Amino acid sequence: MNILYFLIGCSVFMALIFLGAFIWSYKNGQNDDVHTPGMRMLFDDEVSPEKSEEDHFSN
Amino acid sequence: MQDQHKTTTELLCYHCGADLPKVKYQVDNKDFCCAGCLGVYKILSENNLCNYYVYNANPGKQLQSDGRLEYLDEPKIINQLLDYKQDNTSIITFYVPAIHCSSCIWLLEHLYKINPAIFSSRIDFLKKQVTISFNHEEISLKQLVETLNHIGYEPAINLQDVVKEHKSAVDKALILKIAVAGFLMGNVMLFSFPEYFGLSSFEKQFQYLFGWLNLAFSIPAAFYCGRDYFISAINSLKHKHINLDTPLALIIAVLFIRTAVEVVFNLGPGFADTLTGLVFLLLLGKWLKQRTYHHISFDRDYRSYFPIAATALIDGVEKPIAINDIKIGDRLWIRNGELVPADAILMKGDAWMDMSFVTGESEPVHKVLGEIIYAGGKQTTEAIELEVIKPVSQSYLTGLWNSENYKEHAEQQNFNDSVAKYFSLVVFFVAFCATAFWLFQNDSHKAWSAFTAVIIVACPCVLALSTPFTLSAILSIFDKKGFYVKNTDAVEALAKCDTIIFDKTGTLTSSEGASIHFSGVLSDEENRIVASLLRNSTHPLSRHILKALNVDHFYEISNYKEVIGKGLRAEVNDRVIYAGHTSMLPIGLGVGHETGVHIAIDNVYKGYFEIKQEWRSGLAKLMINLSKFKLLVLSGDSDKDHSVLKVIFSKSTHIKFKQSPLQKLEAVLLLQKAQNNVLMLGDGLNDAGALKQSDFGIALTDNINNFTPGCDAILKGDELNLLPNFIQLSKDGLKIIKISFAIAIAYNCVGIFYAVQGTLYPLVAAVLMPISTVTIISFTTLATRWFAKKNKLL
Repeated sequence: MNILYFLIGCSVFMALIFLGAFIWSYKNGQNDDVHTPGMRMLFDDEVSPEKSEEDHFSN
Repeated sequence: MQDQHKTTTELLCYHCGADLPKVKYQVDNKDFCCAGCLGVYKILSENNLCNYYVYNANPGKQLQSDGRLEYLDEPKIINQLLDYKQDNTSIITFYVPAIHCSSCIWLLEHLYKINPAIFSSRIDFLKKQVTISFNHEEISLKQLVETLNHIGYEPAINLQDVVKEHKSAVDKALILKIAVAGFLMGNVMLFSFPEYFGLSSFEKQFQYLFGWLNLAFSIPAAFYCGRDYFISAINSLKHKHINLDTPLALIIAVLFIRTAVEVVFNLGPGFADTLTGLVFLLLLGKWLKQRTYHHISFDRDYRSYFPIAATALIDGVEKPIAINDIKIGDRLWIRNGELVPADAILMKGDAWMDMSFVTGESEPVHKVLGEIIYAGGKQTTEAIELEVIKPVSQSYLTGLWNSENYKEHAEQQNFNDSVAKYFSLVVFFVAFCATAFWLFQNDSHKAWSAFTAVIIVACPCVLALSTPFTLSAILSIFDKKGFYVKNTDAVEALAKCDTIIFDKTGTLTSSEGASIHFSGVLSDEENRIVASLLRNSTHPLSRHILKALNVDHFYEISNYKEVIGKGLRAEVNDRVIYAGHTSMLPIGLGVGHETGVHIAIDNVYKGYFEIKQEWRSGLAKLMINLSKFKLLVLSGDSDKDHSVLKVIFSKSTHIKFKQSPLQKLEAVLLLQKAQNNVLMLGDGLNDAGALKQSDFGIALTDNINNFTPGCDAILKGDELNLLPNFIQLSKDGLKIIKISFAIAIAYNCVGIFYAVQGTLYPLVAAVLMPISTVTIISFTTLATRWFAKKNKLL
């Protein structure tokens, strides 16, 4: 059962990594604005007229 | 269905969605209500940005910008505004009140298409802020703001920097503490489970490890997450009074010490689970308490109304000067529509000041040379020259904010703090009795454990939780009804109010529902003539009347002349027409009535247009519902509406007219001295002093995005009739808190029963705390909903 010592250590270490990740993301400003990105992703990419189609015959 | 949709959109401006006038502007088969909307459309279509119109129908706003931007060329002012500047890149954040839909986001994030010198722009939708990074070598700040103005997104640049103040207001440290506390609680719970279920002899070796791990997790819980409680407790003890944080700090300390002692001397498992759980819940309650609205600013003062710069005359040359740099003796040049930033003497020019910010009276006042003009006055005619006699911060109006009155206000104790005192005393009494009893029995071990256990079990944590949970539930109910309260403490203040003061203009009357009446008779032909004249003026009154006239075609006019702030004159079809102030009319046309826009055609007086403010609906009924309260009306206006007010209000109501901001403030102070808790409803800068001084200040507005003075709550004008229900619910909220307190006491009695015997096992404490917490939180939530339904708010 001594393996439990190792597993407990691992679990605490993993939890610490996640805590660290959250603190980093929070300080980094990732949670500052949680509303706008949701709206932003609904915008379509603009379709730019392809040049290849324009110039087929004129040249 | 589609046809129907089509016909409705055809009647609206393609850009802003306003009703189309009979004479409309047309481009690309699209109709526009005014040249401004057409202009924006042209800019967008030239830059291939017509997707703007795809995401929402009629997403634009009418252009209202008339500000002068010369001051944006001053390096000093630029540096004050910029967030960041290096090499050729500058970053700036603007507050743009016009942001309201996804099209706004799309357009403002494609600014780089309009001007390549703009690198990128990013929007924070809820805060209505746009952060722009641009190349300041290719585009100046002034040009950037002009670009924004041209497409209808005028940034609000005021003396009070809402953007920067918001940034510092967010309490990031608390969120981090909650995260750490949650992490600690989760881990400690995990390591405490084996203890709960009982360990076999084989597993006993782990008990030691779990104990030390729990102790290790308790250290940050007590000293990082719980630090604020210790600081607050020490501070309040220094001031010789006990607040709610004092017993909480004591419990955290006792829990930690007992856990440490038990683990180090291997006496038992300790109370790490209770400690971390307690800290986590306490911080959660604190967060609920601090939560406020991102998109509404409650702390505005005169500075939000003032521009950031004014025009000074230095050796006869106009030069922009930052408002904060204005000194006594400076000469200021105030143009039509600009605000006087400091008390000053009129040196040159004809001053017609709109003093509505200061007095609430909207009729312009004529000032003669040498007269003092108070800060906050708005010039309505030609440009004038002023000499400053007081710096901005000490002017008559701004002085209201700096007065000492407000300080005693902060000391008010809420229910929690007043209960905490007695609660702590009782707990100490019980703890010492138990200790004395066991010492008397010569059982020092039991004495120690009884003492600590009583303090642990009698935790006022429920007090610290039930208040924020109840009040924040009430906040969110208010929120749905258009009543935005600053924070949970303010709800408690609302419940205590017994006196209500109303402002008149903008509060009892609606500022947007104003309608135009013409006193006199105009034929259709004359209507057209008047409209043709007014069409040439940009004055807001002209626009208003023109919209009301709504004629189908116009005549050519000649010899047009506009005297700014006074009126217009022109010839239409060989007829001479005047419109404007009485002094504009040809001499000899006697007019009894001073105010309004007067019309004379061919030297015949025709009558005048008047903007009549409309009273909000349901006022009489509202006053009946509020009859329990002492009511007052303080109006900055003249007493022309006295008869109307008399009908609305009961006889016992005090109605006062011509109240200056200072008089309003003094009226509030007087009532407070007489032990009244004052609720003040106002709307403008002239009420701001009174709003701030009152126990609960409500700023009434017809549009949440408008600037409102600093206050405790913002109420939508349409919802004024719900005011009695709001007050009742806040009172019920206090009732809920008291009931939940009683429930908590019941739990505590059970806990104390075990605790005094010195036999409190950590498991009991660990179970009792969450159960009582869950009970309280579910009780407050359900009770709040029930009371909200009872008050017809849900």
